Amino acid sequence: MKGAKQLAALAALSAALWSTALLAVDNTPPLPDPVMQQRYLDLTHELRCVQCQNEALADSNVPLAADLRLEIHDMLLAGKSDEEIRNYLVARYGEFILFRPRMNWHNAWLWAAPALMLLAGFGIAVRVMRKRASLPITDDDEATPAA
Amino acid sequence: MKRFLLPLGVFTLLVIVLAVGIYNAPKNGSKEIVSPLLGKSAPQFRLPQLANSAAQFENTALLGGWHLVNVWGTWCPQCRVEHDTLLQIKAEGRVPIIGIDWKDEDSVAMDWLSQLGNPYSVVATDHDGRVAIDWGVYGAPESFLVNPQGIVVEKLIGAMTMEDWNNRFLPHLAAGTPASAKAGT
Repeated sequence: MKGAKQLAALAALSAALWSTALLAVDNTPPLPDPVMQQRYLDLTHELRCVQCQNEALADSNVPLAADLRLEIHDMLLAGKSDEEIRNYLVARYGEFILFRPRMNWHNAWLWAAPALMLLAGFGIAVRVMRKRASLPITDDDEATPAA
Repeated sequence: MKRFLLPLGVFTLLVIVLAVGIYNAPKNGSKEIVSPLLGKSAPQFRLPQLANSAAQFENTALLGGWHLVNVWGTWCPQCRVEHDTLLQIKAEGRVPIIGIDWKDEDSVAMDWLSQLGNPYSVVATDHDGRVAIDWGVYGAPESFLVNPQGIVVEKLIGAMTMEDWNNRFLPHLAAGTPASAKAGT
């Protein structure tokens, strides 16, 4: 009895999921090879739709995004590598099209910032600890209750 | 006093970094992407011409003189807005305008040109939008100024006004008119 109820719920859920799948914007024909199809999905999710700038190519329903998806589809079929496809688009639309920016001299400081800050924090911590260690131990230190 | 020096220094540095960031941020929410095409050769292409689809238009036809390449479509409201400006630029006669009709229907495009006037010396039809991708077009209208060596020297995204034309495009023409003299430099 309980099992049947669960089964019904599952059916309803999968029906709901199926209906959203039907609403998907990407009408590009699927690639014959599943590995290639996965690369297609990865690429279209990490490339920006330049017209509607906060959407990925995969999620955008503007015509230009559809054209670019087809372009990527065809380049994959032609045996191009992921990097070649990225370079192709960067040459036309600039690095802005990459959701994952590349490292270059212009933004190197940004990539280095976390490590530098960690280093600075470490340096400050060492300095403070050394200073405290050199202080004479007073009664206060030991008698103060942890309030 | 000395103990405040380091935090104050860090704070000042942060203020400078943020000030530079704000100063360089795109003005009034502009979404314009700087085209990587600037300073590079115009992309190669070969497209059928509007009104005479047996004839082709090739990028090599852009060499030897200045050209304004305008990507447009009858479905694009801003293209209607800039149309009168294009007619005016044509009337000035400084530079021929090459139209790339982007993902459009030929018959509708021909109607549009016969009704509103035709500012283009040639219109090439890009039905599947592949050539527009090569030009890095993402929102019509887009206009490119191509010099006699076939290099893209200026790009405008959005409807062209006479102000844009006079301030951003004409200075290139004025500076580079003796094209043969500048070719080697």
